[in-house]
Amino acid sequence: MKKIKLMDIAHARSGDKGDGSNVGLIAYTDAGYDIIREQVTADRVKQHYHKICLGSVDRYEMPNLKALNFILHDSLGGGGTESIKTDAQGKTHGMGILSMEVEVPDDFAG
Amino acid sequence: MARTIRIGNAQGFWGDSVDEPVRMLELGHVDYITMDYLAELTMSIMQRQKLKDPKRGYAYDFVQFIDRVLPTLMEKGTKVIANAGGVNPESCRDALLEVAKKHGVTGLKIGIVTGDDIMGRLDEFREKGEKLANMDTGEGLFDAERQIMSANVYMPTNGIVEALDQGAQIVVTGRGTDPGLVLGPIMHEFGWNTLDQMALGTVGGHILECGAQCTGGNFTRWQEVPDMTNIGYPICEVSEDGKMVITKHDGTGGLVTVDTVAEQLLYEMGDPENYITPDCVAQFSTIQLSREGKDRVLVSGVKGKDATPFYKVSISYLNGYKAIAALTVSGPDAYAKAQKCAEVLFGRLERAGCVYAEKNVEYLGTGVCHEGIVPTAEDAPEVVMRIGVKDPDKKKVNRFGMEIAPLVTAGPPGITGFAGGRPKASEIVAYWPALIKKELIDVKVDVVEV
Repeated sequence: MKKIKLMDIAHARSGDKGDGSNVGLIAYTDAGYDIIREQVTADRVKQHYHKICLGSVDRYEMPNLKALNFILHDSLGGGGTESIKTDAQGKTHGMGILSMEVEVPDDFAG
Repeated sequence: MARTIRIGNAQGFWGDSVDEPVRMLELGHVDYITMDYLAELTMSIMQRQKLKDPKRGYAYDFVQFIDRVLPTLMEKGTKVIANAGGVNPESCRDALLEVAKKHGVTGLKIGIVTGDDIMGRLDEFREKGEKLANMDTGEGLFDAERQIMSANVYMPTNGIVEALDQGAQIVVTGRGTDPGLVLGPIMHEFGWNTLDQMALGTVGGHILECGAQCTGGNFTRWQEVPDMTNIGYPICEVSEDGKMVITKHDGTGGLVTVDTVAEQLLYEMGDPENYITPDCVAQFSTIQLSREGKDRVLVSGVKGKDATPFYKVSISYLNGYKAIAALTVSGPDAYAKAQKCAEVLFGRLERAGCVYAEKNVEYLGTGVCHEGIVPTAEDAPEVVMRIGVKDPDKKKVNRFGMEIAPLVTAGPPGITGFAGGRPKASEIVAYWPALIKKELIDVKVDVVEV
């Protein structure tokens, strides 16, 4: 097995949902989707964003788009209009997930 | 061949490109141009404008756009649907009628869709025992005194359909759903009314509603996006037989691929089984995307479920004050000096009797956006300190603004970037999402001809 970053097998986008953000993670291939579905759990995402997401993490599977959708509750410092954080809308959260590492077989080609 | 219409989005939010609506109209054929101007904050700003001047409270940019293109619009017969009405669609229409008069246009029908603004009906609902409970916290709107700024219902799309059925070429609405701007013309043109058809139209609208975010804007692999300067905004091509393709004008920059469209589908997404609108519940878990050609993506398979018995209401209210300041701290030891600045700043404010309900200091350049994911760059050659405070007391928030500049001369060395005067307290407009029974709300449509 070897470790790769999610950016090698997936792309992402995020936006705001009240005082939380959503992070959509989309695999490029079916094999990539299997990897993220197995390894990118709600717990791992919560741990990954431990300084940003102060609440719980919800996770939804969307096999039709080879995608996972995460809701990061309490991650915007009050949300769009109330927050005094620089990223009050979670615009940057999507790029943040792509540095997470996953394990793949040595001969994994994506 | 089945009849096909082309619906473009030329404005993803108030403040989006001012040139794009003209480009959408002139660079190729579209039957409809849709424009989205409203966000929660926008409604409260507009309500305030209307309080000061009863003729304001709508997106004036939209009137300027119509003024710029009206002769072309009339010649081509292109229809325009915009939620530019804000909290005053009537005055927006009056302004448009003035523009039509100025251009000497006749035969133009302008429709407005209203009924969403329930600011004046809140007492009535309170007396009827409506709680307008906060969807996140469960607290009732009337359980405490609140300075409410605006209250608007996300209206169903049938108002837009009705205005188009009556022959309106320009439709101006107040608060509706963003996808409704695209669903409306599809329902009008093809009479679509099954749940699956409405769900497909809603998905098309969701893909288009943020403008260039589905045509290569905000795309992960940005290096691959050709000619981003001239990025084309999206067009939803819909056929009567149910085929839907996302594309853009030929010759424009940007990129429409399964990847760019999929990213936008996930944008601001919640539960993919239940994308709730006033018209239907779309199941994003059923959407299939496939490539149909260069810059053409086919959307299919979309299933819909019955709508809920409620409309969503967006209420805004005042919730204290905030101020934000920024200073640039150069090296050596930029990060350490910036931390010293923060210590000194809040020490001085405390000495003056100012402790805040909330404060936040960010050291931009050290890895703030991805804090905890990337290591903090403690050796950054320079950092921008971004400091914010929140408090119910306006005076205290203004006192914060007075303590920033002294850091340049009475703090660590090599600090700059203070310009534009003392940061002042600004009102915090908070947002209160609630539900209301559909039978309490009436859609009103009014079409006039010049």
